[in-house]
Amino acid sequence: MAASERTVLQFASSSSSTANITAKVHPLVIFNICDCYVRRPDQAERVIGTLLGSVLPDGTVDIRNSYVVPHNEFSDQVALDIEYHHTMLKSHLKVNPQEVIVGWFSTGLGVTGGSALIHEFYSREVSNPVHLTVDTGFQNGEGTIKAYVSVNLSLADRPLAAQFQEIPLDLRMIEAERVGFDILKTTSVDKLPSDLEGMEVLMERLVTLINDVYKYVDDVVEGRVAPDNNIGRFISEAVDSLPKLSPPAFDKLINDNLQDQLLMLYLSSITRTQLSLAEKLNTAAQML
Amino acid sequence: MANSMARSFLQVAATEEVATPLRVVQIEGLVILKIIKHCKEFSPALVTGQLLGLDVGSVLEVTNCFPFPIQEEDEEIEADGANYQLEMMRCLREVNVDNNTVGWYQSTMLGCFQTVELIETFMNYQENIRRCVCIIYDPSRSNQGALALKALKLSDSFMDLYRNNNFTGDKLREKNLSWVDIFEEIPIKVSNSALVSAFMTELEADTPVTQCDYDRLRLSSSPFLARNVEFLIECMDDLSAEQQKFQYYYRNLTRQQAQQHAWLQKRRDENKARKAAGEEPLPEEDPSNPIFKPIPEPSRLESFLVTNRIANYCNQINGVTGQSFNRLYLMKALHDN
Repeated sequence: MAASERTVLQFASSSSSTANITAKVHPLVIFNICDCYVRRPDQAERVIGTLLGSVLPDGTVDIRNSYVVPHNEFSDQVALDIEYHHTMLKSHLKVNPQEVIVGWFSTGLGVTGGSALIHEFYSREVSNPVHLTVDTGFQNGEGTIKAYVSVNLSLADRPLAAQFQEIPLDLRMIEAERVGFDILKTTSVDKLPSDLEGMEVLMERLVTLINDVYKYVDDVVEGRVAPDNNIGRFISEAVDSLPKLSPPAFDKLINDNLQDQLLMLYLSSITRTQLSLAEKLNTAAQML
Repeated sequence: MANSMARSFLQVAATEEVATPLRVVQIEGLVILKIIKHCKEFSPALVTGQLLGLDVGSVLEVTNCFPFPIQEEDEEIEADGANYQLEMMRCLREVNVDNNTVGWYQSTMLGCFQTVELIETFMNYQENIRRCVCIIYDPSRSNQGALALKALKLSDSFMDLYRNNNFTGDKLREKNLSWVDIFEEIPIKVSNSALVSAFMTELEADTPVTQCDYDRLRLSSSPFLARNVEFLIECMDDLSAEQQKFQYYYRNLTRQQAQQHAWLQKRRDENKARKAAGEEPLPEEDPSNPIFKPIPEPSRLESFLVTNRIANYCNQINGVTGQSFNRLYLMKALHDN
């Protein structure tokens, strides 16, 4: 860090506030960026676009939506279709006024020369925009996704340059987990899993987990594996989290619940029978 | 396929007229996420949006979509909505997104989507595009860890009837159409580009348990069931109201028939008397008489739709209770251990 009391070369005061900015990405954004990249024009090297979302009270930038903006890039110039950007923004605001511009994205690894220009443009649209880069080329063998904010470097009062500073990015995507990675990570799924199939997969997973725990405990008891206190604590916590109920009380609880469910099942079956009966009667009535 | 080569051009031309039936709807993961995001953010308000994609043989590919703003009952805003739609299509075309409408999506609460409005919308779409599909997403069910996504279309025989607005008992019997045959569910296939697939594999968290698993294991299903039953009761009321309409109609019909019969009897007696007196007999029909005016038969559409809804609730209840049984027994087993 160049900022210290003696040097006149320092980051602008905003650096202190940017220090604790984090960003969170909705999986939709990644999907959209990938889709745009696949559909980019022939000669384009990369795609850029606008990120929409909101800033949460704790300073986290929640990136929830995005759209691509056509642009042309020459050696030292970037031409952005600003009109397109504004029409699209207007359309998006019509649907969801809560989602405002929070920054912009670009494909490629890291920040390139033209980025500063585009960043400057977005700085005029919103203060302190976030720059998200998605490495669609897998240049270093992994799909790197990074977020940056710009920090001004100034010599005394004179602005000297802007520096892109990486900020932590939360990529744990609850929304994607809800849909299921099984569906999202393969190129083709023939059929959506039904309720019960999902349940089956889940049970299998749970059984493997429990078996893993058993195996670990056995190994520790028999001295094959060095015990780890942390894991031990987790296991005991998990076991403790089962509510302590006397067996009769628990049985009653389960049985009551089962009875309720059975009643519902009965009700729905009887309704269905009624329906088919009604249909038969209706057709019979038409014979009159 | 080999023997198709041998057919004459005429035959080929004739067969090509027949459109291949729609078998599969292939949705991009992007579209699923977009739909879910839009529907969830506005839940419990019901929202709609447009699906864009390509129609390839028996597969309908849905490659993108965009949401509609929430509609308001104002003509000015309605015109605005049309503008929005055009603008959005134009913008998306500019960035090489498939610019072909293939249907629309909408959210639903507990699956009560079988309404007259849906059918009207569907018919509107069908006028313009040969093959269209409606995707229904139920945000309330996704809290249970299920991906409640459905692709629907109206069956051809139903559309024929609807165009002629012919929902009398005779016609229905002729076409052999019952309430089950109104909607056809089309299997959904999910596809992702290789790029997305690579990213998702990269980003998948190492944790063995995902949010989806937690949702599936949630023991409490009673609020969901309770609301299901509430809606079920409402539908039952609707259905019995519809039934009453029919009973009323049949009562009127029998009364009319009795009147007609009586009138005919009287006329015949009269004619007999006239014949005996050597006069011309009066005609046995009298269109001006009000008792010969046919009573309009009420449309069966509404009762069909209500029946559909009821069946849907029953299915949901069955599904949820089935899952609950699993969970309860699992809980019990865990506790016993």
